[in-house]
Amino acid sequence: MSEEIEGTKTTEETVVNDQNAAWLSDNSDSPLAVLKEMDDKVTSPEKVEEAKLKARYPNLGHKPGGSDLLRKRLTKGQKYFDSGDYNMAKAKVKNKQLPAATSEKSGGGEITGDHIPTPQDLPQRKPSLVASKLAG
Amino acid sequence: MAGAGGGGNDVQWCFSQVKGAIDDDVAEADIISTVEFNHSGELLATGDKGGRVVIFQQELESKNQPQCRGEYNVYSTFQSHEPEFDYLKSLEIEEKINKIRWLPQKNAAQFLLSTNDKTIKLWKISERDKRPEGYNLKEEDGRYRDPTTVTTLRVPVFHPMDLMVEASPRRVFANAHTYHINSISVNSDCETYLSADDLRINLWNLEITDRSFNIVDIKPANMEELTEVITAAEFHPNQCNTFVYSSSKGTIRLCDMRASALCDQHSKLFEEPEDPSNRSFFSEIISSISDVKFSHSGRYMMTRDYLTVKIWDLNMESRPVETYQVHEYLRSKLCSLYENDCIFDKFECCWNGNDSVVMTGSYNNFFRMFDRGYRQDVTLEASRESSKPRSVLKPRKVCTGGKRKKDEISVDSLDFNKKILHTAWHPQDNIIAVATTNNLYIFQDRL
Repeated sequence: MSEEIEGTKTTEETVVNDQNAAWLSDNSDSPLAVLKEMDDKVTSPEKVEEAKLKARYPNLGHKPGGSDLLRKRLTKGQKYFDSGDYNMAKAKVKNKQLPAATSEKSGGGEITGDHIPTPQDLPQRKPSLVASKLAG
Repeated sequence: MAGAGGGGNDVQWCFSQVKGAIDDDVAEADIISTVEFNHSGELLATGDKGGRVVIFQQELESKNQPQCRGEYNVYSTFQSHEPEFDYLKSLEIEEKINKIRWLPQKNAAQFLLSTNDKTIKLWKISERDKRPEGYNLKEEDGRYRDPTTVTTLRVPVFHPMDLMVEASPRRVFANAHTYHINSISVNSDCETYLSADDLRINLWNLEITDRSFNIVDIKPANMEELTEVITAAEFHPNQCNTFVYSSSKGTIRLCDMRASALCDQHSKLFEEPEDPSNRSFFSEIISSISDVKFSHSGRYMMTRDYLTVKIWDLNMESRPVETYQVHEYLRSKLCSLYENDCIFDKFECCWNGNDSVVMTGSYNNFFRMFDRGYRQDVTLEASRESSKPRSVLKPRKVCTGGKRKKDEISVDSLDFNKKILHTAWHPQDNIIAVATTNNLYIFQDRL
């Protein structure tokens, strides 16, 4: 449902519960103190989730939106040692996806990427690109 | 709550078509990465992770059935981008099409811009339905005739042929982005366009590929001080000097290119104040804006962050004028969503033709529509089960706790692998295109 301009509900809840917390904190041994703890947890589902995460990963950095996360975003993608490494990896993937084509062209189903290819092993031409299934 | 449908009390959405394979084993290349109608709505383009573009064309309404809107059938398909290898960084450059944007039509041909992480291409899609026959020096099969056998001259004549749709790359705009391109946007002047990556925005002339002007640069001198990245950018629909860009911190900056050549200083900064006591580990991540879209009128803009859609009045920077909860029930699942990376999913959003309804996707192949005027919202599902021709889509409901009513689905049963990130709305009619992982659904209102 839509909300217009007014603050979110969570804000109101937080204010009320903080007031409760102050009143209850004097009686730390009483059952009311237990209720106070429950109150705090009920306040914000986000904070509950945060507590869960911190419990599972105690070493998680304190700057979640900071440099680490952003830098991971900026350098997305698998790093290869060099272009040779990249081409070998691509050849492996292509061979898995088009097993029939490869065995026809490379005369015996030898897979490039596992050994130094000889001219006989290499496919005569690039395999045809598969058309999109949306156009099928 | 959920009325008959978004778009007013009387709109009922019906299944029209679905494109793509039915099998559950989805090849990565078939994952749809962008969907876009052209300016007339006659053409619908999709891009996928395999770098391919498929364009559908709406058939003309038949005279026999004036009540039925034309179906969308394949018009053209081509390989737009191929995988490349960045030798300097030893990183692969994915061929995935991040965005497609159509140019307004100026002549018989259609033009679109498609981009992957590094390179933008201008494609011309043209029709050929005639071919010349009767050359003097060539046979019909193309072999050259012996000139000594030519005794008379004739004028070649055009004869009709089967329609052929050809796509050719007319411009390649390369090597201008160090980081990954997330947005492209054609200016209303139809001469320039912008491309935005994580830290910079460049301005291009559609005719010139060897030069690009940098108009925004938020890269800090010391990368350790990096606090936010650009997540989306768009030109204003009718003010050619104005554009906006959104950030991973939930802010939107509006820039005026008349103010200076480098628009690092914003003209307006749109940011909703946050209650500091509510701040959690997840706050910044879920406030990251994944999409920004101007309304057709140019008066408003819409932003999408992880849990909400917000409508901003360009005249008011202090807070949005409307906020719609897309899937608030996920707030108590943020820990798991962080662990499975779903919290980083980038949902897009779109306006309908008259800016009265907005739409965005969610999980479990659900998508949501919010009617701004009637204050109604509805949740619909794109699934094979509701794919009978012209069957009306039933509103769906997620049960957040307590007793689950019949036909409701509980939050824990939602399939987070079935996400609808990309949706598009026809510029005039109530026709929508909704992309699931590898299928494209077309729905229209019941006439």
